[in-house]
Amino acid sequence: MKRHKPAVAPAPAPEGPALFDLLSEEIVFMILDFLDEDPLDRKAFSLVCRSFLALESRHRKSLRPLRAEHLPTALARYPGAAALDLSLCPRVTDASLAVVAAARGDALRSLDLSRSRFFTAAGLMGLASRCRGLLELDLSNATEMRDSAAAAVAEFKNLEKLRLARCKSVTDIGVGCIAVGCRKLRLLSLKWCLGVGDLGVGLVAVKCKEIRSLDLSYLPISNKCLPSIMKLQYLEELVLEGCFGIDDECPVILKDGCKSLKVLDMSSCQNITHVGSSSITNGAGCLQHLTLAYGSPVTFALAASLKRLSMLESLKLDGCMVTTSGLKAIGNCCLSLTGLSLSKCSGVTDDGLSFLVTKHKQLKRLDITCCRKITDVSIAHITSLCAGLTSLRMESCSHVPKEAFVLIGQRCHALEELDLTDNEVDDEGLKSIARCSKLSILKLGICLNITDEGLSHIGKSCSKLVELDLYRSAGITGLGIQEVARGCPSLETVNVSYCNDITDASLMSLSKCKRLKTLEIRGCPLITSLGLAAIAVHCRQLSKLDIKKCCNIDDAGMIPLAHFSQNLRQINLSYTSVTDVGLLSLASISCLQSMTILHLKGLTPSGLAAALLACGGLTKVKLQASFKVVLPQPLFEHLEARGCLFHWRNKVLQAELDPKCWKLLLEDVMH
Amino acid sequence: MDLKMDLEERLRAETWGKPSSVNDLPQRVPPDRQTQFPNFASHKNLQKREDQDPSISNYGMRIEPSFSEFNRPSECQPPLPSNPISQDRGVQMNDILQLGKTQEWDPKAMLNNLSFLEQKIHQLQELVHAIVGRRGPVLGRPDELVAQQQQLITADLTSIIIQLISTAGSLLPSVKNSLSSASTPPIRQLGQLGGILNNSGSGIGLDSNLVLPSQGGSKVPDQSNQVDPMDQSAIDNLEDHESKDDEDGDEGENLPPGSFEILQLEKEEILAPHTHFCTICGKGFKRDANLRMHMRGHGDEYKTPAALAKPHKEAGSEMMLIKRYSCPYAGCKRNKDHKKFQPLKTILCVKNHYKRTHCDKSYTCSRCNTKKFSVIADLKTHEKHCGKDKWLCSCGTTFSRKDKLFGHITLFQGHTPAIPFDENKGGLSLQGEHNEDTNKVGNVSFSFGSSTPSSGGVQNIMEDVKGNVDDPSSFFSPLSFEASNFGGFNEFTRSAFDDSEGAFSFLLQASCNYTQKNGGQSSSNNLE
Repeated sequence: MKRHKPAVAPAPAPEGPALFDLLSEEIVFMILDFLDEDPLDRKAFSLVCRSFLALESRHRKSLRPLRAEHLPTALARYPGAAALDLSLCPRVTDASLAVVAAARGDALRSLDLSRSRFFTAAGLMGLASRCRGLLELDLSNATEMRDSAAAAVAEFKNLEKLRLARCKSVTDIGVGCIAVGCRKLRLLSLKWCLGVGDLGVGLVAVKCKEIRSLDLSYLPISNKCLPSIMKLQYLEELVLEGCFGIDDECPVILKDGCKSLKVLDMSSCQNITHVGSSSITNGAGCLQHLTLAYGSPVTFALAASLKRLSMLESLKLDGCMVTTSGLKAIGNCCLSLTGLSLSKCSGVTDDGLSFLVTKHKQLKRLDITCCRKITDVSIAHITSLCAGLTSLRMESCSHVPKEAFVLIGQRCHALEELDLTDNEVDDEGLKSIARCSKLSILKLGICLNITDEGLSHIGKSCSKLVELDLYRSAGITGLGIQEVARGCPSLETVNVSYCNDITDASLMSLSKCKRLKTLEIRGCPLITSLGLAAIAVHCRQLSKLDIKKCCNIDDAGMIPLAHFSQNLRQINLSYTSVTDVGLLSLASISCLQSMTILHLKGLTPSGLAAALLACGGLTKVKLQASFKVVLPQPLFEHLEARGCLFHWRNKVLQAELDPKCWKLLLEDVMH
Repeated sequence: MDLKMDLEERLRAETWGKPSSVNDLPQRVPPDRQTQFPNFASHKNLQKREDQDPSISNYGMRIEPSFSEFNRPSECQPPLPSNPISQDRGVQMNDILQLGKTQEWDPKAMLNNLSFLEQKIHQLQELVHAIVGRRGPVLGRPDELVAQQQQLITADLTSIIIQLISTAGSLLPSVKNSLSSASTPPIRQLGQLGGILNNSGSGIGLDSNLVLPSQGGSKVPDQSNQVDPMDQSAIDNLEDHESKDDEDGDEGENLPPGSFEILQLEKEEILAPHTHFCTICGKGFKRDANLRMHMRGHGDEYKTPAALAKPHKEAGSEMMLIKRYSCPYAGCKRNKDHKKFQPLKTILCVKNHYKRTHCDKSYTCSRCNTKKFSVIADLKTHEKHCGKDKWLCSCGTTFSRKDKLFGHITLFQGHTPAIPFDENKGGLSLQGEHNEDTNKVGNVSFSFGSSTPSSGGVQNIMEDVKGNVDDPSSFFSPLSFEASNFGGFNEFTRSAFDDSEGAFSFLLQASCNYTQKNGGQSSSNNLE
């Protein structure tokens, strides 16, 4: 708040700058370094006076422009910005890249084109010839990119980090060029580069000896390329998620390699059985983080083999079949686990889990999402033994009775993240959980037993709360929200979707949370434009808003939103009473990138067309399929050429269920 | 009963929810189409008399949508001669049936047909029972077995549907008349009706010159010996069609619409930051509860806790509903919105189809330089016949196998794989077109300019380049200096090959012109 003061009161101008002039530029820069929490703070600083503007411009190291059209001015204003993130620009052409190359030249260090489209290999080549100092390049999602573009990338001789995720058209040849060209690579991500096989990866491993981190997820590679990977001297992180071509032969190879490996992810490698994964662990003695999610069953043999990994800190077994003996063996083997994830593991029992936690009292993060067999026995063990727990996720542990949640609050005071979605927790439980004063993420979605009373306790004592999820927790009406809004000023994300009884009063109290960035109030029919206006006026940082099915929100809510929420990126307007006028007013939000506009009764084709044309920065729009026929095709072609993608939906209008009905239906699904 | 209701509702929702490219049709599906379901259901139940067996009723439900699907296309056809224009299909069908009854109706033949059908359904029931019984102990290669059983049941169901239709169809005076006038044997009629049924696009209006759609993807059980002699020939005929195109996975598969589930995976789904994924369609969710709600949409079989727990193991009920895929490209015949929608069988089919039909043919045979492919496997097949040396290194060496090229590159410092020519297309279409022209010129002029006579008719371009590099008076040298100062070996490799689309393409262009003026080699064209 202090920082805003000079902006508000520039009255003592005569002496102010003089005093400030005494500070050297370095000192001011150091001060500015601390202004990184909130981008608006920097803006406020630069608006103070001309010298502050100049200082801030020189200090800025990274830029993330919203439109490529503004690149020339932005680059001229911030001469020190060596890192450029163009992922928000809907359209980045070769000309834009040429502008970057001309303005920055060898000074450019990092470039993010991960969501950009419309540039070609020629543009990259131009960039490569002028920006020889580039260290980091992100070309993810360039699905059209071919080997010729990869060959252009190979011209960045000093590149250290390269991300090519989902560049599906690149083949071994292209990756071969990169391997030969970029010898200093330390990080390479080839995730989903489906055209790259053993040969390309093998060549990378042979030529780029400096590699620290290698992501080969979902590549059609086999065991053949693994020996050369294992010879990489500095390799620390290896991701082999979903590599179906790798089978039990691989661990034999892994055995003799990679002493430096610290992180290994072999999730969804369906062809590695427990035999394979048991012997993997022979080689990598320094392994700290191991992920074997969605793989073979966790049996005694597999778990026992973890014994060799003396440095192991975290273990992820999400979605695996887990046996009790396996869990016990994990308990006996790994001595120093601080993180354990058993999310969606079938076969987790009270017996196994209780034994495991008796051996791992150091656990800080535990994920037992959807472990539906466990009861209060496990919770009692976990809470009493792992007092240092900072994160506990236990969505849908349906057999845990409400009394067990009291234990969590009584014993685990270090908790920072707690996910109780779809559980039996009640007000007593919340009252106890309120003692976890460090709590920053609290998820209470689909908890039908909680009411305002319980939530009030949270609001009174969990002042550090950043994220609160009350999705479909219909017992919440307003008082609880009010208490939370009062007690948790740092809230950034709030979800009260389908809490039918929420009114404008709740939103008005929530508007006190100045840092609010994401607000979801789906299906709250009592909320009107008035409440939304309060949010818009006070929460200037709001970037994501979901007001789907808030049928009482109309144009009167959109106008303040358009006026004040200049940081809004994403909005869902479906099923509201917004009409052409409201939609058109939203177009004045220059940041707006994504809109979902389904079933707006008051929307006419011409109104929609006008709004779409007026919103220059749109990248994604979800529309009713009927508009596709009604509006002229050239309009969509034009918008697509601007970088906007359309998603056509043909959903039938559905009546909303009462949350309790919904839950019952959900239980029907289960039984 | 509850279950039945639910399923019916779902089916209805499905047919309704189907994105309608029907928009462009003059007539929409009549709003009272639902009434048609009970109509048909009751009609069928009458035929079957009892059938309280759940499995049978299940089949009934399966079959019904295909009736409705059958009806839909006929709407866009001119109305049947004997029938006044009626919006209500259900009523229309009933009218026709009534009409048939009053005109000429052989109840004996009908009874025969119906009892035969009953017998057949019982057989099918037994088969399914047997499958259910066998499921437990069978372990080895379950996928194949499941597929075979699926095909078996599909084939049986299809033939039952066809016969039902034909039974009903025999009451249709219009069809009868037109067929008798065309003097087509009844077999033809049956087949035709089958075609109508299967191919939702073709209507009754298309007469006997209609080509019978093939019946791919269904293995036919040895049922011909169990068949009532009256329908023997018809069945045989159908079976012929069913088995004929068995191997053809991609083309001409004609399952009755509604008997399969259509999936269309959006690429955006993949990137979504979700933690709970639907194992059936891949859609992601933030909460498991929402995933479970979503699973309801995939049918009753997912409502059991067992199915929810591990769907890949419990393939039992799931395999009953065959999965077919829709191409995400709007307007494509393989897109589910298309009038004559033909689904794709597997994800691989989707991939191949999409590449072949909607993508650039980016793989050019480096040997002949004319053949282009969008699926690399196609290119490989072609190249088996076309040429041997297709893998090129920047040093000009060619290899018949990719791994040999990569071995070579591994061994020699500074060598890099060379990008084939079609790549230019990927970058700049204009330049690509230009290249196509100049490539030809280059090839032709090479055969004149080359010092080393080519061994065959097809000339390898890279050899040509190699020659150039060796030539000290090559026009490349100035370019090399400007383009890159990488030193040594790299220098010529880069200038010679990799700058194909670079900022220096205009220089290359210029040098092209220059050499052409000089009347020298124009092989530089090859480098673009």
